[in-house]
Amino acid sequence: MENSIYLDEARDPLIIAEGWMKDGKDVAIATVVETWGSAPRPVGSHLVIDADGNFHGSVSGGCVEGAVVTEAIDVIDSGKARMLEFGVADETAWQVGLSCGGRIKVYVERLG
Amino acid sequence: MDPYALKTLNAERRARRAAILVTDLGDGRDRIVREGDPVAGDLGAAIAKAFRTGNSGSVEAEGRTFFLNAHLPQPRLVVIGAVHISQALAPMARIAGYPVEIIDPRTAFATPDRFPDVALHAEWPEDVLKRQPLDSYTALVAVTHDPKVDDFALKAALDANCFYVGALGSRKTHAKRVERLLALGATADQIARIHAPIGLDIGAASPAEIAVAVLAQAILAFRSRGLDAKGAAA
Repeated sequence: MENSIYLDEARDPLIIAEGWMKDGKDVAIATVVETWGSAPRPVGSHLVIDADGNFHGSVSGGCVEGAVVTEAIDVIDSGKARMLEFGVADETAWQVGLSCGGRIKVYVERLG
Repeated sequence: MDPYALKTLNAERRARRAAILVTDLGDGRDRIVREGDPVAGDLGAAIAKAFRTGNSGSVEAEGRTFFLNAHLPQPRLVVIGAVHISQALAPMARIAGYPVEIIDPRTAFATPDRFPDVALHAEWPEDVLKRQPLDSYTALVAVTHDPKVDDFALKAALDANCFYVGALGSRKTHAKRVERLLALGATADQIARIHAPIGLDIGAASPAEIAVAVLAQAILAFRSRGLDAKGAAA
């Protein structure tokens, strides 16, 4: 049934991030903080990334996760949070667009 | 993100308690706010709104930009009574985003045949609620009309501070119920939280219409948490 009342721990990005942290991994957390138009994932959605580029969750329908993972590895190295912006036919900043036509802002920060 | 904040947030989420992660997008500092924690000013007002709606978003306050990520437990309905009203209520509530569980020890009522695709317990509420306790993100709807089945669950719902407690029955039936709940140790303030007669006053006549009235009243209770109840009938 949809809408389980309990956390789906095996797929919950924040639970997975906590597990990675306990295993001693370096982790970055990406969060959708703003959307315009028909964005695929709502504000508050998470993608979590470890230093090896493993990831769980999503911030889009799969369109920009690759770019977010790349940025996240830099954020893990530097410790400095970044605000990323993706949009349709966005040729200026990241050369990755949302095919759905929306725009999203993603905050990427290191855990700890 | 602060590792301690993440641990605290996950602990709250596992316990089905609401929490908001507040991140200062300027310097990256964050903290967890639980429901009822006092936060002053514009930020406090935005946090209160986020708890009520469950919507996350950015807010400008104190010359800074904060991101509020609201983590609310999935609200749900527990229905005592596998009756005709419940047959209509279960699919409606699920569509509205409130998963339903139905409890009724009367095995003639609680059959999968009558309730396809619903979590159904042909057991006493005492036994089910021991395993799966009620909480403040659960609505309790008691519709068996039978004190032996309804009363324990109603008392448990008041003690667990369920966001909505409704009980089927006329004013006369409810007056007798109040006596029994007082005898069980419920306070007058607690009992005043019970919606009885149940449902918004929309003139509902059929079981399905009563289900609409109950669902609407439960949604109103959920979305006005922490506010004075507005427009609640019964």
